[in-house]
Amino acid sequence: PDGCALSNDGGPGSAPLSPGPESCPVCVSPAGGSLTKLAYYSTVQHKVAKVRSFDHSGKDTERDHEPPYEISVQEEITARLHFIKFENTYIEACLDFIKDHLVNTETKVIQATGGGAYKFKDLIEEKLRLKVDKEDVMTCLIKGCNFVLKNIPHEAFVYQKDSDPEFRFQTNHPHIFPYLLVNIGSGVSIVKVETEDRFEWVGGSSIGGGTFWGLGALLTKTKKFDELLHLASRGQHSNVDMLVRDVYGGAHQTLGLSGNLIASSFGKSATADQEFSKEDMAKSLLHMISNDIGQLACLHARLHSLDRVYFGGFFIRGHPVTMRTITYSINFFSKGEVQALFLRHEGYLGAIGAFLKGAEQDNPNQYSWGENYACSSGLMSASPELGPAQRARSGTFDLLEMDRLERPLVNLPLLLDPPSYVPDTVDLTDDALARKYWLTCFEEALDGVVKRAVASQPDSVDAAERAEKFRQKYWNKLQTLRQQPFAYGTLTVRSLLDTREHCLNEFNFPDPYSKVKQRENGVALRCFPGVVRSLDALGWEDRQLALVKGLLAGNVFDWGAKAVSDVLESDPYFGFEEAKRKLQGTDGQVTWGLGPPHKCALIFADNSGIDIILGVFPFVRELLLRGTEVILACNSGPALNDVTHSESLIVAERIAGMDPVVHSALREERLLLVQTGSSSPCLDLSRLDKGLAALVRERGADLVVIEGMGRAVHTNYHAALRCESLKLAVIKNTWLAERLGGRLFSVIFKYEVPAE
Amino acid sequence: MRRLGPFHPRVHWAAPPSLSSGLHRLLFLRGTRIPSSTTLSPPRHDSLSLDGGTVNPPRVREPTGREAFGPSPASSDWLPARWRNGRGGRPRARLCSGWTAAEEFSRARTLSPHGGPSLVRGLTSGWRPRVLRKRYLRGPPAPIVFPWFGLDIGGTLVKLVYFEPKDITAEEEEEEVESLKSIRKYLTSNVAYGSTGIRDVHLELKDLTLCGRKGNLHFIRFPTHDMPAFIQMGRDKNFSSLHTVFCATGGGAYKFEQDFLTIGDLQLCKLDELDCLIKGILYIDSVGFNGRSQCYYFENPADSEKCQKLPFDLKNPYPLLLVNIGSGVSILAVYSKDNYKRVTGTSLGGGTFFGLCCLLTGCTTFEEALEMASRGDSTKVDKLVRDIYGGDYERFGLPGWAVASSFGNMMSKEKREAVSKEDLARATLITITNNIGSIARMCALNENINQVVFVGNFLRINTIAMRLLAYALDYWSKGQLKALFSEHEGYFGAVGALLELLKIP
Repeated sequence: PDGCALSNDGGPGSAPLSPGPESCPVCVSPAGGSLTKLAYYSTVQHKVAKVRSFDHSGKDTERDHEPPYEISVQEEITARLHFIKFENTYIEACLDFIKDHLVNTETKVIQATGGGAYKFKDLIEEKLRLKVDKEDVMTCLIKGCNFVLKNIPHEAFVYQKDSDPEFRFQTNHPHIFPYLLVNIGSGVSIVKVETEDRFEWVGGSSIGGGTFWGLGALLTKTKKFDELLHLASRGQHSNVDMLVRDVYGGAHQTLGLSGNLIASSFGKSATADQEFSKEDMAKSLLHMISNDIGQLACLHARLHSLDRVYFGGFFIRGHPVTMRTITYSINFFSKGEVQALFLRHEGYLGAIGAFLKGAEQDNPNQYSWGENYACSSGLMSASPELGPAQRARSGTFDLLEMDRLERPLVNLPLLLDPPSYVPDTVDLTDDALARKYWLTCFEEALDGVVKRAVASQPDSVDAAERAEKFRQKYWNKLQTLRQQPFAYGTLTVRSLLDTREHCLNEFNFPDPYSKVKQRENGVALRCFPGVVRSLDALGWEDRQLALVKGLLAGNVFDWGAKAVSDVLESDPYFGFEEAKRKLQGTDGQVTWGLGPPHKCALIFADNSGIDIILGVFPFVRELLLRGTEVILACNSGPALNDVTHSESLIVAERIAGMDPVVHSALREERLLLVQTGSSSPCLDLSRLDKGLAALVRERGADLVVIEGMGRAVHTNYHAALRCESLKLAVIKNTWLAERLGGRLFSVIFKYEVPAE
Repeated sequence: MRRLGPFHPRVHWAAPPSLSSGLHRLLFLRGTRIPSSTTLSPPRHDSLSLDGGTVNPPRVREPTGREAFGPSPASSDWLPARWRNGRGGRPRARLCSGWTAAEEFSRARTLSPHGGPSLVRGLTSGWRPRVLRKRYLRGPPAPIVFPWFGLDIGGTLVKLVYFEPKDITAEEEEEEVESLKSIRKYLTSNVAYGSTGIRDVHLELKDLTLCGRKGNLHFIRFPTHDMPAFIQMGRDKNFSSLHTVFCATGGGAYKFEQDFLTIGDLQLCKLDELDCLIKGILYIDSVGFNGRSQCYYFENPADSEKCQKLPFDLKNPYPLLLVNIGSGVSILAVYSKDNYKRVTGTSLGGGTFFGLCCLLTGCTTFEEALEMASRGDSTKVDKLVRDIYGGDYERFGLPGWAVASSFGNMMSKEKREAVSKEDLARATLITITNNIGSIARMCALNENINQVVFVGNFLRINTIAMRLLAYALDYWSKGQLKALFSEHEGYFGAVGALLELLKIP
């Protein structure tokens, strides 16, 4: 990165971030005449908890009271993309803001796209003393579109008028190409996108948003686009349009046809002696334009044999009225063969693309990015009661922030059908009852999270203050989600958990559980030899059952779960055996034994401490003894008390010191510890670390074990894999247990063999 | 639509003066009422001609050609296409007094190589061979009684074609009833009827032979909102006594069927409008235009100096994309005389142009709207590519003169205040025309057809639109597509209806 800085404190709605060295390929991309989108790239300094093994050659590690490893908090710099949009009237203020924060300018060029690139070129050059590099609008738009489709889960959605909610989000498609992008600005451009770099303008139409606006202004004397839409939403087009029933009389009924189809738009206005209402004319105009665009889009989709058509441009931009009419038109003309898709971050495409183009030397495309829920504004409500005034206000400043992930993310190669894979078990946007429960649950847990966050940083003077800010931020997010569950795509338990993690990170609470995990790991490590000894004493059949019970019992130790954190809080020595007893009805219900040895098992571990050490490792050891290789996948970054990859390395090292089986397996690379690429208590098998995926392929993994409520119940409960899989968890939530027809501490044990 | 009873306040449809009601009784005795089209009665052997009691054999169309891509959305004339293409559900039997079972049989055979449609088979299997035998034994069909009309009742205009026999023998003349004579005189001696009916004299086809009769074909139009007055005239003057069959097509054939029956005592024979359209075009093209070519195209359409209207010989008509621009637009792909399908349609048609012009300029007639358009400058209203990019948009190969956003300049208050009504009329015309051209081009591409015939009354006296269509098609297809036009642009449906009456294949 070139060393110019663009600090973002004081930026509209931005979160407090430590200023760090930042780079700023900036682009200003006003389009559609009213909003300017600004994209910039910054580096964000975060505190990160690091674990480091003590020199374990010494004997002091054997002492009971010593922690097994040391924790240090370090500053880490991560890259973040910021996209802001604001009304054009603020352009000068915005440029001043950029100028004030541009220090040590090495960036000499600013990327700009859209009509505004021409309009504001002089202003930008004069204010910032930067050369404006005008980027091609469509190129930017498509680059941006590819970027969001690849990097943001639930980016695309279909709009369904009468369902609740109106948005149906699409799961990320691993192959986004080819698709058709229909950009409805003042005119319409239809672009066929075949690969990252190959796209073609296949057609267009001059009848677009400008026609609606311009002709609408002439017909209704209403000047603003939003007001025109508002008029249209109240009109009756049948007063202006000549319908089929007007031409055919009543006969359309006997023919079994809809008389409501428009035979001739504005066909009834061909008379001098009648007045038409503004609302009716606006509605008729809206139908005329939407139908026409839908028809052209379908003709092009058919010509190029494409079924995915994304719509964007200011005509669409979150307006329910136009999304509805376009969707209707597409369904009508394609008979359902083509789906009209819309994008959550549609308004940012040009800015994102211009940015990516300017940053090509850094090539952001080689990384994976994740939407930062903490900093991004959600999708605006499409509810009809939101008038244009409100819409304008909420549209004044809008943010999208994307964190650069350290490594690229890909599909787990073992997914049976990647396109149809949906990580989440329950769609809370759909399930109002569950949504209510979980939102309340997260609200109630907030106090505890705040308390723990403060406690995790006893030496920090501002911990309480930051924790309070965190509380406010997350509380507000929860309230937004209560009102607009679709604000960040499909609402799920996972997104609620991830949002909380993002918010904690945002306020420099990188790992509130680090000390708890450290202590629990120490306790568990000391128990490990005893557990292994007692297992080895059992006969084969008993051992299999004991191993599974151990896996499940270990999973009871979950600080993320309310019921358990209560117990652990009051009795830190809540024993492993106690946990086994707590498991509801394990005896007699779990009958299990591993069949012929597998070649390689992939295990997604859950919690640090007892879970990984006394539950997972003995199981791993058994597999190793059977000649099965094991890939143990842990989170890249901290989330709740989940075991992180770096913790797992230390734990494995310590266990290897005690156990020759694990020791030789590590040395011979029959036991491999890898990171998932995620920092979430849940698991998205379509976004996994590229290295993990490569290893799974290379070793020919034929068994997948997914452990824990977050990974095996909230997500992946229905995931279909190409090999044998074992999903197990202990239900540590009363409400969920009841919903699933069980009781607290009931066991989920799902062993699946793929159909031949 | 605003209709105040059967009489439109603005219409004064003058009836033929000599048609008196006194003849009614006499004629009624001779004639037999055509049975209601809704009853499906088994055919009787002796009832297969028009001058006996008439049978209504089932008429079924197979889906022809490939499936249409979209149901025509929003065009007035897409309805029959639904049952033609079979997409709207099961094939429909249709009843038409103008058909004989024999013809139905041969038609069904030609239409479906795999045997007739099931409904036809089911209903006709028992008696079809006998019908055929009977028909052949009977010899040539009885002559069809005059007057010969074909009617196409569209959303905006009613098109009427009338065949005036010129070879009437003295004997015939003597037998001819007064009312028939007076109709002939009335229609042929006037060029305007009432305040809104017009005979397009320049389109008259002379010395035509139809069903062995020689005569002239007349082309008359009047607004659809005057239909009640027309029916009322029919009643006043006892059209029903003439014992003629009114073959009608267009949406109005359905809408006004009941009025024809109850007010005019006239049974309409409703005909499929796309069938009629295609029949009409093929027929009219075959007879030419009084020695001239019916079909034409434009050379150098963009250059007003060099632009030339040149005859086109449609000797290889198939495949053909037929774009019928009435109030709405229908687009058909025609593969042979009997094999065609409706590809799509759009609600942005002639009705939209005229409707918007009325709202924007206050004009009252189509002619006035076109006249204003001819004097306007659409570039003041539309935002062109060069207005946005300063010139051509090279990345996408878009020329600077292309319209980027129709009415796009009207987003600005200053520009709204600076345009004239003429500019607005011109922009409306350009917008609608370009859009039709664009959809037609996409359909031609999808159907792999390179000759496109534009017909319909939107093109009447509308050289601007025709030249623009010719130019746009040529430009955007890089010379691959040819826009063709036809002299009788709006009358083909009505001609087709007349042909059905005469059973001319």
